[in-house]
Amino acid sequence: MSYLAVTDLSISFGGIRAVDDVSFEVEEGEVFAIIGPNGAGKTTLFNLVSGIYSPDAGSVRFAGRDITSLPAHRIAPLGLARTFQNIELFEHATVLQNLLIGRHVHRRSTAPSHLLFLPAVRREELEHRRRVEDVIDLLELAHYREQRIANLPYGVRKVVEVGRALCLEPKLLLLDEPTSGLNPEESEDMGFWIEDINRDLGVTVVMVAHDMGLVSRVAGRVLALNEGRVIAEGSPADVQKNPAVVDAYLGAD
Amino acid sequence: MRFLFKTHYNQDIDHLKHGGDRFWYGLLLVLAAAAPAALGTFYLGELNLVMIYAIAGVGLMLLVGYTGQVSLGHAAFLAIGAYTHSLLLGAGLPFLLSIVAAVLVSALVGAGVGWIALRMTGIYLAIATLAFAMLTEQTISRAEWLTGGFRGLAVPRASLFGMPLTQGWQHYYLTLTLLVVTLFAALNILRSSTGRAMVAIRDSEISAESVGINLAVYKTFAFALSAGITGLAGALFAHRLGYLSPDAFTFLISLQLLLMVVVGGVGSMRGVIYGALFIGFLPQLLAIARDTLPPRIAQAPGLEPGIFGLILVLVILFEPQGIFGRWLKIKSYFQLFPLYRRATHRRQKTYLRTERLR
Repeated sequence: MSYLAVTDLSISFGGIRAVDDVSFEVEEGEVFAIIGPNGAGKTTLFNLVSGIYSPDAGSVRFAGRDITSLPAHRIAPLGLARTFQNIELFEHATVLQNLLIGRHVHRRSTAPSHLLFLPAVRREELEHRRRVEDVIDLLELAHYREQRIANLPYGVRKVVEVGRALCLEPKLLLLDEPTSGLNPEESEDMGFWIEDINRDLGVTVVMVAHDMGLVSRVAGRVLALNEGRVIAEGSPADVQKNPAVVDAYLGAD
Repeated sequence: MRFLFKTHYNQDIDHLKHGGDRFWYGLLLVLAAAAPAALGTFYLGELNLVMIYAIAGVGLMLLVGYTGQVSLGHAAFLAIGAYTHSLLLGAGLPFLLSIVAAVLVSALVGAGVGWIALRMTGIYLAIATLAFAMLTEQTISRAEWLTGGFRGLAVPRASLFGMPLTQGWQHYYLTLTLLVVTLFAALNILRSSTGRAMVAIRDSEISAESVGINLAVYKTFAFALSAGITGLAGALFAHRLGYLSPDAFTFLISLQLLLMVVVGGVGSMRGVIYGALFIGFLPQLLAIARDTLPPRIAQAPGLEPGIFGLILVLVILFEPQGIFGRWLKIKSYFQLFPLYRRATHRRQKTYLRTERLR
């Protein structure tokens, strides 16, 4: 039984089959990349897996559990975290607060004890903070800790979003275009971090990417989509050579 | 400029971050406690009213400024708190129990409204809460067997621990204590995971959901908390009025509460206090100004609402962060002197968000 199993997943918006009968499996501990031209349905696929949309047909199983019909806020506690292509951070909060929000699934105390801020709540807050500082160290965000997101450059926001996802202590991380809009240096760093997250933290990574350099470097297997359908699957080198993939990107003939 | 040397995470959790905070807030508390000795009955009563506004403002700020849910109907919760408290007090319940009951009833109604309004955001939510306030006002005026309708309802005298509360200073201290308790509770919520979840919902619902925040639960909770706190203000407001009738809780009160939050500075608890001082004392200032103005202007009808409205428009246009935002700018001007630039606080353009999911 594979770790993440997507079976015959489909969803339509009006007359458009955005994701059409897509199946793939991801093994525990690997880095799996999803590529495809614009409008291929990559982000929609992520939204289906993370519970933001519910599919018209098909199923999603994660760690042996059917999560097809679970809402997003029930999927996150199972150990599945994600980032967004267009960055969805909490803009008017600081980096630290954003990362602490990422710890939400690990809260133990309840709202009435928060009103009084009982000693147990303080102990829990200190624990959250220590875990958040680990993430800050890993992603070298110490310099921006107290800054509001609204004042940060784009590249840093991208990193903060990965950090927030890591604060969930996920088992599976979905990264939606982690390097889009980044300059070559920042992309390079992001590549190293993805490797670190995968190897050192043991997190399984599924990422949507356009940057074939990044995909070849970090991903073990690649899935290529076009117009909502799977057109190729295999190692990065094989998929890149696949005629259907070349057609999808460059057009046939 | 103050540089804090932090040696423990507790320093980021504590309410008072450094010696300066402790000194100034301590001084404020001492001054507030000494006010009855220095002020006459009239100004003490006005200060009492300001603090009642501030309690209601804390409730509304949690909802509007921190959870991002606009409410134009908070006069209803003020009314529910006031009527519940007066009726229970009249039925012979002890003062403190009756206040607690008023808070709980308001919170329960708030949870109901919040739950019904879950799918609405922005202007639609504002309209729905406005409708709820109208409904409450109508219900109170029609349910004569309970509330006395427009004949009114006399608020029974309060007594605390066997001591009748008749003097202005007694009410003043009661309100001051409850305001401090409310502020503490609100700030405690805000520094814990519940408050962070509220802020998350305000800034991005989709990613709040993706980190495991149950939107329905937290939005309903925010409504309940906000309504409960406003109900507490309502209970105190009842004693201030002395005689309850539906026209004490009109749409204008809802608007005034929202005005307080906006003028004070959305998203800051200190802003609530500034806002309460503003809407509490502006009518007095206007009354004083009237004496010096030429009669043709001073006697013009609608002068007060006009100036209120003008100030609201000017604040939204030129100081969207309210009084608190202006204070931050003045502070950083002196801290950075002579390096302050107008652009220091210019609002950054938000990056394009194309594929917004909802």
